[in-house]
Amino acid sequence: MGNADILAHICAHFPGDLRVDDAVTDEDCLLVAPEDLVALCLLLRDDPALKFDFMSDICGVDFWPETPRFQLVYQLYSIPFKRRLRLKCRLENATAPSITQVWTTANWHEREAWDMYGIDFTGHPDLRRIYMWEEFDGFPMRRDFPLRGYKDEMNPFGDEPKPKGGAA
Amino acid sequence: MGILNNRFQDNVFFTTSDGIINWSRKSSLWPETFGIACCAIEMISAGCARYDLDRFGVVFRPSPRQSDVMIVAGTVTRKMAPIIRRLYDQMPEPRYVIAMGTCAISGGVYNTYAVVQGVDHIVPVDVHVAGCPPRPEALLHGFVQLQEKITGTRVLRAKPPDSPHTEVKVS
Amino acid sequence: MTEVTVVQETHDNSGFNREVLMNLGPQHPSTHGVLRLLLQMDGEIIERVDPHIGLLHRGTEKLAEHFTYTQIFPLTDRLDYLCPPSNNLGFALAVEKLLGIEAPVRAQYIRVIMAELSRISGHLLITGALPMDVGAMTSLLYTMREREMVMDLLEMISGVRMHTSFCRVGGVREDLPPGCTERIIEFCDIFTNRIADYEKLLLHNRIFLARVENIGNISARHAVALGLSGPNLRASGVDWDIRRDAPYEIYDRLEFEVITRKDGDCFDRWKCRVDEMRQSLRMIRQCVEQMPEGPVIVDDPKIAFPVDKDKLAHSMETHIHHFELAAFGFKVPAGEVYQAIEAPKGELGYYIISDGSEKPFRFKVRAPSFVNLQALCEHTTNMKYLADVIAMLGSLDPVMAEVDK
Repeated sequence: MGNADILAHICAHFPGDLRVDDAVTDEDCLLVAPEDLVALCLLLRDDPALKFDFMSDICGVDFWPETPRFQLVYQLYSIPFKRRLRLKCRLENATAPSITQVWTTANWHEREAWDMYGIDFTGHPDLRRIYMWEEFDGFPMRRDFPLRGYKDEMNPFGDEPKPKGGAA
Repeated sequence: MGILNNRFQDNVFFTTSDGIINWSRKSSLWPETFGIACCAIEMISAGCARYDLDRFGVVFRPSPRQSDVMIVAGTVTRKMAPIIRRLYDQMPEPRYVIAMGTCAISGGVYNTYAVVQGVDHIVPVDVHVAGCPPRPEALLHGFVQLQEKITGTRVLRAKPPDSPHTEVKVS
Repeated sequence: MTEVTVVQETHDNSGFNREVLMNLGPQHPSTHGVLRLLLQMDGEIIERVDPHIGLLHRGTEKLAEHFTYTQIFPLTDRLDYLCPPSNNLGFALAVEKLLGIEAPVRAQYIRVIMAELSRISGHLLITGALPMDVGAMTSLLYTMREREMVMDLLEMISGVRMHTSFCRVGGVREDLPPGCTERIIEFCDIFTNRIADYEKLLLHNRIFLARVENIGNISARHAVALGLSGPNLRASGVDWDIRRDAPYEIYDRLEFEVITRKDGDCFDRWKCRVDEMRQSLRMIRQCVEQMPEGPVIVDDPKIAFPVDKDKLAHSMETHIHHFELAAFGFKVPAGEVYQAIEAPKGELGYYIISDGSEKPFRFKVRAPSFVNLQALCEHTTNMKYLADVIAMLGSLDPVMAEVDK
């Protein structure tokens, strides 16, 4: 099956709303709504003509100040067919379904996205911070988080702290 | 040494004792087996066959309770900082710290939300070894510097009156 | 730093039963850096392993969004610090894909030689470190001796031992120094025998074998679901190597075998790496033979500094380009790219979103060690005792800087 056939095959077999992202040139890319994500992943993994059995990566992207703000990018690979596929999922309210039931490896990737962007994964077995410590305030990879963090006794080069509790 | 520290005046007996104490301290500097990042690999290289830190009496020990030197070899993050302080507190005195590499000295290129900008914020540093990562030779040089620093310290003898640390420390 | 906390003590009919929570690391000689493991144990039997990472999280991805593309090379060096040239290579390829350019052939050969040399240096450390973790101290001294030879070669080529930053977008920084290829071949000759020495030292060592054979088996199905890649995946019998299946640079011109093994236990993961070093040597020899003469960086004044430095003194235009490149960097067309390469630890991927400026909009690293470390969960492997965790961890070969990014 050629690349165009793959996308046609997926679109034909998937009942939900799918769009092909033509702006991406380096590999096949599909745009999917968050509510269809798990069903699509199951199809991609289990369909004998697709067999995307390997999930490489989940990447969170923050388009602040645009709305909707967050996007998740999934990189899939099919070891039998040696083929790559990218899924993109724009999130309305920083909540996405967890795909840990499809690929076990998604566990830490989703924890990373939660830690860095504050994207909440519903159905994740163990969603807690992975890089930062539990008491850390804020999500550092968000574009409105300063690179050097907020100033405190250990961090003299940080930005001035945010005013807490609204207008004072 | 405890209560004997810096209690005695300079005379031939105590200068000689200080010489012997310093000689034995500097000749068996045992660092912790504790690498954080890239510099740890150069630290291992320095300990292995070619550079052979053992020649200087530097033998790696896995426990802070048995070691004299802490080599902070790598980037110290905010999450790691309390642990480094705790390891330092667990070491018996006299204890020394070598900040190895630019990250440990000043945070280096990683001027970010997660990195402590220099391990001096957490523990007192005796020797800074520059480089990213420093070559094993540089670490050897750092150890020689530390040995030189130890040579001049007053252990039993009182500190001279113009010294900034004149108070007698009783611990 | 090992602490034991008693969680609960129960007296039931089967006898005295107590569950303890044990903390291993971050300062522990066997954790390969700053990894902290929280182990829930029943006596010496592991019930649950909970790796705590992030103790070396340095914010590389956030920092990269504030750096120009050329400035990011040193950051990629420090991800997997055992084999920086591989990391450089992946990033250079990703940016070149966005720009739509290709490095000159000679540069590609140089990159591959360096990547394979660094693969050897990375595998050498684990070849010695896993036996050391399970009690055979001597092997590390031997492997580090050969590792110094690789370091010398990298130093001869690039000027530094570890963080080479030798790749540039569109090529490499400079040509190989005179006499370098002879030194590389000389190293290959010596090193072939040295690999045999390691095997002689360890393959019949009963203590080593008892600690690693049939310990931590991962089945092929589990390995794929866990996202393992590189030698860890191939040890479980999955035949997948990006160098062969999606060749980048000049790997399609090289002959090599993809090493796979069957059981996926700690020993197989170790042996897979030892055999891969032989294949790397084979590739290096072929590269040295095939390498053509020619330029080592693209002739595009907007992307690379001029090859002919005399031009700077005579041509105003070259001068302006040189200044702009040094001061602001080059612009990369808007778009996105995912480039995966076969790094020594597995699939190293760079996902870059460019908004058309000199700095990436989003820079994501798919770090192989980060994913591989997930296999340290008790329910996918047959780890039973505390000592098996150490062997398992050593054989997975995580580099904490890459795990934490």
